[in-house]
Amino acid sequence: MKSFVFPEFQIVRDEEKCGQCRGCERQCAFGTHTYDPVADRLVSEDYKCAGCQRCVVFCPKNAIVVRPAPSFYRPNASWSREKLDDLKKQAETGGVILAGCGCDKPFRIYWDHIVLNASQVTNPSIDPLREPMELRTFLGAKPDLMDISAKEGDIEIKTKLSPNLVVETPILFSALSYGAISYNAFRSLATAACKSGTYFNTGEGGLPRDMREEFGRCAIVQVASGRFGIDAEYLNCGQAVEIKVGQGAKPGIGGHLPGEKVSLAVAETRMIPLGTDAISPAPHHDIYSIEDLSMLISALKEATNYEKPISVKIAAVHNFAAIASGIVRAGADIIAIDGLRGGTGAAPKVIRDNVGIPTELAISSLDRRLRSEGIRNRCSIIAAGGIRCSSDVIKAIALGADAVYIGSAALIAMGCTLCQKCYTGKCNWGICTQDPRLSGRLNVEIASQRLSNLIFAWSHEIREMLGGMGINALESLRGNRDHLRGLGLHEWELDVLGIKGAGE
Amino acid sequence: MEFKIIMPRIRRELYNKEICACSIFGAMNQDGERFTGASVMTAIANMHVRGNGLGGGFAAYGIYPDYKDYYAFHLMFTGQGIAAKLSAKKELDAFLFQNFEVVYDEEIPHGDELNLSDPPLVWRYFVLPKKQGDDSLISDGDYIVGKIMWVNSRIENAYVFSSGKNMGCFKGVGYPEEIGEYFMLDKLYSAYAWTVHGRFPTNTQAWWGGAHPFSLLDTTIVHNGEISSYGTNRWYLEMYGYACTLQTDTEVIAYAADLLMRRQNLPIEIVAKILAPPIWNAIDRMNDSEKKLLTTLRMVYAPLLMNGPFAVIIGQTGRMIGLTDRIRLRPITAATRGEMFYLSSEEASIRLISPQLDRVWTPNGGEPVVGELNSMRTVLQ
Repeated sequence: MKSFVFPEFQIVRDEEKCGQCRGCERQCAFGTHTYDPVADRLVSEDYKCAGCQRCVVFCPKNAIVVRPAPSFYRPNASWSREKLDDLKKQAETGGVILAGCGCDKPFRIYWDHIVLNASQVTNPSIDPLREPMELRTFLGAKPDLMDISAKEGDIEIKTKLSPNLVVETPILFSALSYGAISYNAFRSLATAACKSGTYFNTGEGGLPRDMREEFGRCAIVQVASGRFGIDAEYLNCGQAVEIKVGQGAKPGIGGHLPGEKVSLAVAETRMIPLGTDAISPAPHHDIYSIEDLSMLISALKEATNYEKPISVKIAAVHNFAAIASGIVRAGADIIAIDGLRGGTGAAPKVIRDNVGIPTELAISSLDRRLRSEGIRNRCSIIAAGGIRCSSDVIKAIALGADAVYIGSAALIAMGCTLCQKCYTGKCNWGICTQDPRLSGRLNVEIASQRLSNLIFAWSHEIREMLGGMGINALESLRGNRDHLRGLGLHEWELDVLGIKGAGE
Repeated sequence: MEFKIIMPRIRRELYNKEICACSIFGAMNQDGERFTGASVMTAIANMHVRGNGLGGGFAAYGIYPDYKDYYAFHLMFTGQGIAAKLSAKKELDAFLFQNFEVVYDEEIPHGDELNLSDPPLVWRYFVLPKKQGDDSLISDGDYIVGKIMWVNSRIENAYVFSSGKNMGCFKGVGYPEEIGEYFMLDKLYSAYAWTVHGRFPTNTQAWWGGAHPFSLLDTTIVHNGEISSYGTNRWYLEMYGYACTLQTDTEVIAYAADLLMRRQNLPIEIVAKILAPPIWNAIDRMNDSEKKLLTTLRMVYAPLLMNGPFAVIIGQTGRMIGLTDRIRLRPITAATRGEMFYLSSEEASIRLISPQLDRVWTPNGGEPVVGELNSMRTVLQ
């Protein structure tokens, strides 16, 4: 059937510059560029292009430009080009449209409507290059009150403390499973986390055995509805266990790793047969209610000898704050909330773009909810979904988060360009693929250096912003909405965020 | 235990945090001998330029020996005109007489009202808790704190600004020496410890309740600085039933001190390490037991770290404590002369009333200086 869909991108090649080196042909796993030996020139098929810009970056002559295709349907505010294209694709295939990465729709990005405070006169700002500026953060349950006995200078802590994760900067790598991403990408995240004093999250695909000893000390191991790769050693080799209930990109549905991506190593790690689809069910089939979750939390605490904090990750949906409060009462030490813009390797586009609420609003309402119930101490909040820069991190913390997870940002640091074709397994950047030819492109040493550079740079920027506010420890900004003001927001939005308008 | 408090604010948390720079002064006779407010008024007047006449106040310990077993409530009734003040008092009286045994009450004597701007009606009550039903299970302190929070957040125009035994706060809008004269502190009262505050708010909306000291039961705070962590401290304290209603960052220190010292019974050395903890670099170099203690404190009490520049004098029965923020962005000087113990923003003020001193020093950031009575018996019996 002839497809009626326009190509998304237009490839413009400067024939003057092109040296026919065929580099672009080798770089593109989608087969966009082919060499015509008769004409001795390279031919590009716009239809195949994913817009990942790999060929553009790697063309030694800078001869290629990939830009949005200029062709258009008659402009129509209701029937946008995307709507028409999607509809045509479905008419041609009868399928669900898949997408990778996070929601790209123009919903309001609250980060961009919040401004930060700085000290003037009454309170000296602090220069982080000259004075201490502390970002160390503890993630986990804290006791409400401490029982301390002091006898003639000897101080004894009687309260039994819950296990906590310690991070040197409030930025953790979000759950990106081995299988969805390549071994090299996975190992780069682990290496960078260990180097930067933070943690990576294994995602639902297990932790390869050869990595457990070296990287367990900076791993959060995930338990998801598919239960892939879980054994006692896995649970105990990480520093925390996360139960994944939901994901911001696809709340309410499970995951699907196509059999093509289940290589031998992935199969071994996930403990499934080679080449079979790894399908994690939409719900955990042992969690149909909050008391079931409570039992799983207890079981995991039992399995890890009460030495690891248990995190529960949920997607931010309409009534999530009440649910999260129940989760805290069910015994979770950390709540990870993943908002509307959270990324994914594969999700039905309609779900990715329409389900869930923005992280910014979710953080604030969750923090407020837990405070009003007096249980904010009993858990930490890790916010995820759409964190793009250090100011997003600091705003998240001022809205009440303890730390943030970054997923897309980490992938971008490794080379990802958010082309949204993760589900094809043909990632030209070697990140979201199991094809050894492609994944070999990602050098662990370089990628992990790029990741730790990112963490370092963001941490430095956070210190600068904190110092400007006259605060020298991050904990003094947590939930401190006093340092935020809204710009261009409605009254109800300011109310939900709990912040004043600029100038108020 | 939990207090049932409805926060008096709209969803958007539109509280105003007042920002001020200030002078603070404290004097204590460690033998427990009482002296009038004259000398501290002289000392604080010497730091006149550190204030701007928009707030001054005193806390005095040991001033009500005849009523020392009763909680002395100082109430402020504000509002336009005497009718509004009396109506607030009527509402307060109804509440107070229902929940407390009031053994004596009177208007706090004062001087000519014309010298000050719109003084409120200031009244004192000597009370004992009248606990009924479930309340009989809780301690007097918790009972009183709960009732004070109720009054301050629910009864319009009525504020309890002093509530300890055998002590009292006096404060208002004006220079501290004017407030001292207004309440005749140099003539009517003798205390073994005085703390004083002169205020320089950058916010022109001065009101009587916003002056220092801030107090809860017998803990009083005079504070110079700005608490940048106010929003964080505030939500944490609200979880423990402390309603921050006085529109200033200083009250969070008072409530934090109450939570940690009275309710959790932690020693001042520990409390100082919570409010102004050492930096991680220092903690990481300590021996294992210290490291464990300080790491635990910072982990558990992170929301009570007071960030931003501050110097405070915390007054309590039999005790006066000076403390600055951990990187000492505001000044405090400590001194002793015989049985006298002084704390001041400036050394000159101490020298003015006691030219000869045995010892004068500047405490390190985050390091508490504590003056205690040599014998508690002198004030308790």
